[in-house]
Amino acid sequence: MDTDTPLIEFKNVTKQFGDKTVLDKVDLKIYENQITTIIGKSGTGKSVLLKHIIGLLTPDEGTILYQGKPLRGMKRREREEYRSRVAYLFQNNALLDSMTVFENVALPLKQTTNLGKKEIEKRVKKRLEDLELSDSLDKYPSELSGGMQKRVALARALVTDPTIVLFDEPTTGQDPIRKNMILSMIVHYRRKFGFTAIMISHDIPDVFFISDRIVILWEGKAGFQGTYEEAIRLKHPMIDEFLRSLEGFEDELTGLLSREAFRVHYGTVLGGSGVLPAVSAALFSVEFDLLNDALGPLAALEVLRSLGEYTNRHFQSVGGFSARHSRDQILTIFPHTSPSEAEQLVADFAQQLEQEGLANIESSAQTTIGAEACFEVYVHAGITEVAPADDIDLIIAKARANQQIVATHRCDTGGSAG
Amino acid sequence: MADTESVQNRNSLILLFASVGRGALGLLGDFGAMTIFFLLAFVNIFRRKQLLAIVNQVFYIGARSSLIVMLVGLFTGMVLGLQLFYTLVKFGSTGALGSAVALSLIRELGPVLTAIMITARAGSAMAAEIGILRISEQVDALYTMRIHPVRYLISPRVAAAIISFPLLTAFFDLIGILGGYISGVLLLGTNAGTYFYRVQSSVDIVDIRGGFIKALVFAVIVSTICCFQGYFCHMRTQGFGAKAVGLATISAVVISCVMILIADYVVTSFLM
Repeated sequence: MDTDTPLIEFKNVTKQFGDKTVLDKVDLKIYENQITTIIGKSGTGKSVLLKHIIGLLTPDEGTILYQGKPLRGMKRREREEYRSRVAYLFQNNALLDSMTVFENVALPLKQTTNLGKKEIEKRVKKRLEDLELSDSLDKYPSELSGGMQKRVALARALVTDPTIVLFDEPTTGQDPIRKNMILSMIVHYRRKFGFTAIMISHDIPDVFFISDRIVILWEGKAGFQGTYEEAIRLKHPMIDEFLRSLEGFEDELTGLLSREAFRVHYGTVLGGSGVLPAVSAALFSVEFDLLNDALGPLAALEVLRSLGEYTNRHFQSVGGFSARHSRDQILTIFPHTSPSEAEQLVADFAQQLEQEGLANIESSAQTTIGAEACFEVYVHAGITEVAPADDIDLIIAKARANQQIVATHRCDTGGSAG
Repeated sequence: MADTESVQNRNSLILLFASVGRGALGLLGDFGAMTIFFLLAFVNIFRRKQLLAIVNQVFYIGARSSLIVMLVGLFTGMVLGLQLFYTLVKFGSTGALGSAVALSLIRELGPVLTAIMITARAGSAMAAEIGILRISEQVDALYTMRIHPVRYLISPRVAAAIISFPLLTAFFDLIGILGGYISGVLLLGTNAGTYFYRVQSSVDIVDIRGGFIKALVFAVIVSTICCFQGYFCHMRTQGFGAKAVGLATISAVVISCVMILIADYVVTSFLM
């Protein structure tokens, strides 16, 4: 297939329920092997849009194309073939409540494949193990928490190894760690199995960090589609207002400032006074993807959360303020601090992080990789001086160039940044 | 003044006809939809991986209804024995008690009462269960997993009803004849040999076949109506969510019972 050809394309799709037009001539493109996130206010037709992709709803007008071919014109076999590639994770999970967790996840394999009993059992157990549900095989959905039910639904959606997965608010009702864990899992599985993810989510900022494209549904139309950076650069009042309303002031996972709040803070503190003796910045990062692969999402997120928490705690007292600028990068600005003073602050911080923050992840990691296994965590930091005219992207670039390892943790020897 | 009144009368008449017409069209539409729904379910009975589901439903609809069918059959037979004994005494023909009880049960009461009992017990459960699956998007979830909801949910129930209704009807008839024996022979003193001889000599294969046909027809009617009501409960305009499930269950039981009696008359008139 031509790489420019969208995997799924909506052309002038209109859907009405009674007098209400939910989708109004929507044009939309979804590309293969990307994570596309659909955001929009309640009742703007996000779920309706997803249901059109899987065929639960059909458009009143317009066409939906799969690899350039209209869904409506497909022959039965082609349509079945298409449907076998798509999985759907419902907002309310839609688990069959008279079946156990195992039976729920095994159902699509039992009903739609010719796999033997043992193979089905193996696949289901593997998937449930991936999602930390091994202890709940024989439980009924009503015996599980909302978060666990969500993970069972996710296991069921992924058990057939689909190439397109539709996630209708997959993180609703989860705590910040679990929300990020599910998002990490989506990224992890997408990389592992190479599926295309189409997701409805409002978990800002993490959903933007993992999305290749975002689509903003606005008054029944696709108001914007492109990358998050493009959305911010566009400076459209509607998009600005909408993103700001979603983002809030605080990053839920780390407790740091949101990106938008950071930007405003940076503008007022540095732009307002004019005469600041010295301003420095530090960029902290961990290699989240490597940690995720090695330790599992829970421990990897624990590292990220600890990094955020310690950054906040340590630098707030000296006037520093921080925010995440990608999934695993935290930028801290130190007003009234020279780079050499900042270096000392970072060194103290790194020591505390090693002794307390990173040590705590051992138990989380051991649940995933086993008590005997060994692992390493490296925290990088880069310090730079901030000039008055520097924008945030430039500061990040300068600080990244100076990055070196400042804190480590090894399960056998503990911290040893040297 | 008179003109206004006549216009009003005419308008009321038009409204009346319009509402009757709408009702009739709706009924016709529902009938058509139910027929297609049944045919779809019936065809899918013969798809693969259905056997276990059908056996489960036979257990649920059939085996678990046997106690209630037995109780109703027993007391129906006993009442029949009692009533017919005192009627036959007037004509001096109590010897015909066995024939009267057996024929009433096999030809008429057995199929009808069994169908009504199963409707009350299993039909209402079918409508409610499928209705809940529908409103909680579990039916949609099946579709997204490429599991045809009609094949997975409806076909086994229709098949199980087709299997269970005749068997339960036969069971009802048997217990009913024993009920007649208890009241007519054990309590009122009719000769036991005469009772069973009359049962054996008067019941023809045509009677049994008639009862069997009725049971099959009722099985199709009850399973289709109950499943249909539950499956499409989300399209009800009178109520949504749990209320829609409640209304679907009521409709399932009421419509099934009425249709059983109507179908009973129609089938009987063809069999006679």
